Amino acid sequence: MRDVAIIGVGMTKWGEIWEKSLRQMFVETAYEAIADAGIEKLDGMYVGSMSPGLFVGQEHIGALLADYLGQKNMPAGRVESACASGGLAVKCAFLDIASGNSNIILAGGVEKMTDVSGDGATYALATAADQEYEVFHGATFPGLYAMMARRHMHEFGTTRRQLSHVAVKNHENGSKNPLAQYPFKVTLEGVESSTMIADPLTILDCSPITDGAAAVILADMETAKKVARNNPLVKIIGIGHASDSIALHDRPSLSGLEATRLAGERAYKMSGKTPEDINVAEFHDCFTIAEIIVLEELGFCPKGKGGEFTEACNTHIGGKIPVNTSGGLKSKGHPVGATGVAQVIEITKQLRGECGDRQVEGAKVGLTQNMGGTGASSIVHIMEVL
Amino acid sequence: MVGIVGYGAKIPRHRIKVEEIAKVWGADAESYKRGLQLTEKSVPAPDVDCVTLSVEATKYALRRAGVTGDQIDALYIGSESHPYAVKPSGTICAEAIGATPHCHNADYEFACKAGSEAMFVCLGLVKSEFCNYAVGIGADTSQGAPGDALEYSAAAGAASFVMGRENILAECLYTHSWMTDTPDFWRREHQHYPQHGGRFTGEPAYFRTIMGCANALLEKSGMKPADFKYAVFHQPNGKFPMRVGKMLGFEREQLETGWLVPTLGNTYSGASPIGLTAILDVAQPGDKIFMVSYGSGAGSDGFVFKVTDRIKEVQDLAPKTRPQLDENKIYVDYGTYAKYRKKILKND
Amino acid sequence: MFPARIWREFPQRYRLEAVKNKDTGEVYFPPRYVSKDGKKFNGEKYILPDEGKIFTYTVIDVPPSQFKDEAPYVVCIVELTDGTKVTCQITDYQKEWLAIGKKVRLEFRRVQTDAHHGVISYGYKAVPAE
Repeated sequence: MRDVAIIGVGMTKWGEIWEKSLRQMFVETAYEAIADAGIEKLDGMYVGSMSPGLFVGQEHIGALLADYLGQKNMPAGRVESACASGGLAVKCAFLDIASGNSNIILAGGVEKMTDVSGDGATYALATAADQEYEVFHGATFPGLYAMMARRHMHEFGTTRRQLSHVAVKNHENGSKNPLAQYPFKVTLEGVESSTMIADPLTILDCSPITDGAAAVILADMETAKKVARNNPLVKIIGIGHASDSIALHDRPSLSGLEATRLAGERAYKMSGKTPEDINVAEFHDCFTIAEIIVLEELGFCPKGKGGEFTEACNTHIGGKIPVNTSGGLKSKGHPVGATGVAQVIEITKQLRGECGDRQVEGAKVGLTQNMGGTGASSIVHIMEVL
Repeated sequence: MVGIVGYGAKIPRHRIKVEEIAKVWGADAESYKRGLQLTEKSVPAPDVDCVTLSVEATKYALRRAGVTGDQIDALYIGSESHPYAVKPSGTICAEAIGATPHCHNADYEFACKAGSEAMFVCLGLVKSEFCNYAVGIGADTSQGAPGDALEYSAAAGAASFVMGRENILAECLYTHSWMTDTPDFWRREHQHYPQHGGRFTGEPAYFRTIMGCANALLEKSGMKPADFKYAVFHQPNGKFPMRVGKMLGFEREQLETGWLVPTLGNTYSGASPIGLTAILDVAQPGDKIFMVSYGSGAGSDGFVFKVTDRIKEVQDLAPKTRPQLDENKIYVDYGTYAKYRKKILKND
Repeated sequence: MFPARIWREFPQRYRLEAVKNKDTGEVYFPPRYVSKDGKKFNGEKYILPDEGKIFTYTVIDVPPSQFKDEAPYVVCIVELTDGTKVTCQITDYQKEWLAIGKKVRLEFRRVQTDAHHGVISYGYKAVPAE
């Protein structure tokens, strides 16, 4: 396998982008990544998007976006793994290059979520769970994570307050990220008294509905060194990808995320790194409880201790393992298919030392964890700056 | 010998009190309670309909019968609140209890008499040996027009009976049916709520029909009211069944066990059949039961049952009727009731 | 909802029909076509028990479009007496009663109604049994 580096990143402001279409958001973002990489032509493109069909009635966005990006005729396709679609796009791009098939690939992600009503968005997101045996009965994504949260509280004594700490920390980080959808701070009491979505999760435990896109350019090391301008090269040194039962009721335990644990183990093994080597991480905090469980599954704290670990400020910038310096899905926003790519962008910027107020000093090795559904897909990337 | 092999009733948990309805319409609750002799009625939750009630009642009936769904040769639901205008209710129920595909099925409608009609046909089918086991169900989630007197009584519930020739717990000794064309109560196609002829529903309709049927049945059987331990009549309100019972010569003690309407309301096709289940819950071997239903339009089905020794083995095999009526109630206010019963105008 | 989609699930939704792997004793609900470790297996029809306990639950305040008239409603995972877990709604409950471990029974109810004109989807819901 050839070594693969990230040579360019692009991301525009996320939020409710009423005036821009899916194709406009994507093209602006992808073009920024192409410019950042200092290249002109791509060998191919993978776009992660969960459900452009349900959100804007448009499938077949690989070809559409290649054309609008001015890269007609290149191989381009959409990849889908629910909320892990973006992470999957990066993985596909990595394999395409590592195998020697291509030299320069764009891995992008996009979701345009505000062209449907709130209940329409809830419906579209719920298609990532078991339609016939969960969603049929009225389960929603916040609802499924709420049932996991209740088990975690029941089995380990995780508290409502500890969940709030995740939201407060991520909004604190997000307030320093100009691209974040909700760059404001929240308080513990504010999280707890906000509107209930699915007991025990309130609206401030949940990631928002977001329009947004993100893109990274990957290249083989030889090409990367040739085209690299002043950007330090960030190498992808580990990839782990695993799946689990899509329905929660099919899993022996609801207080863990097995696919995340397995993806982590695979990525650690490939990279030769351990949790102690990681300086900064982006986790898939679609709901506050998710960040707590992921901390445990990726080995940053013992099983059942994610709440305490968070409450003790270990995941703050300056803590043992800064998590979601970007603000996470919580504050930065969660345009489903773009999230996994945006995580890679944040870590790349951290490793390049470009994060300003939210920079983790001396970060050399970073990790991203992106997951789909209630964790039935999980993709972990480990990156190191050269 | 033919008769009841298994029985079961299902009453929803939700209730609304007469006061709660009267308050909304500026009516005098006390005079309604006195006039109708009822204080509250059952309310079906939005996830309950005549089919779901039928399925649960039939599961109980099968448990008491000791037979499985695949032994059922015919299944009929009598109701005036079938969930579909076109598409059978019975197929859903038959599928849920595992009676498909070798089963005869039809939905009945005859205002409040549809349940006893299903029972009557089932008895005929097992007697003729066309069927070994046939299930007759009376179930309704009836609607009264907002503000109408019927709104205080229209309720929900179901009773299901497995009829057969063996392992009978109540033998059917005699039946009689009596009917005329008497338009005392009706609901036209596409209308939400029924209309009725006010006081015309009483003397020339309910009383004349039940008396006609009951007297013919007594004559046919050669029995007199005193020969029966229990009697149950259609119960659209608290007053009518007590009055018709007394007119026929029955005493209050014979009527009270199956007289559920004061706290249940009028369960339409379920009314006298659910009353019968409450009687079977406490009956002793040898007891005789007199039952006459009534359906507007108008007609009555009458039955004489004699309880067998097997009754004692089955009474405890499934939830009984009285406890379902008296325990675990959830009271709702009129707003919730109006929402549950789809009385609030919304865009589709 | 197109009728064929709910129709093919009737054995599970109406009668709780599962498949038992006779080689391992595992119960699959809904039925599976190969075992959980990817092997062909000898299966037999197995009816799930209709009693169990609340394993976990939530109150859905913000529903998807097809349930917008129902919220708030409770979704739970029931652990049935044989250990099988199923996701469904809890109905006929009172809020103060809700807790992990409470006994429930599965009843036949309407689950979705497809507005006032579509086919009605029936299935199991949990009701309090204590």
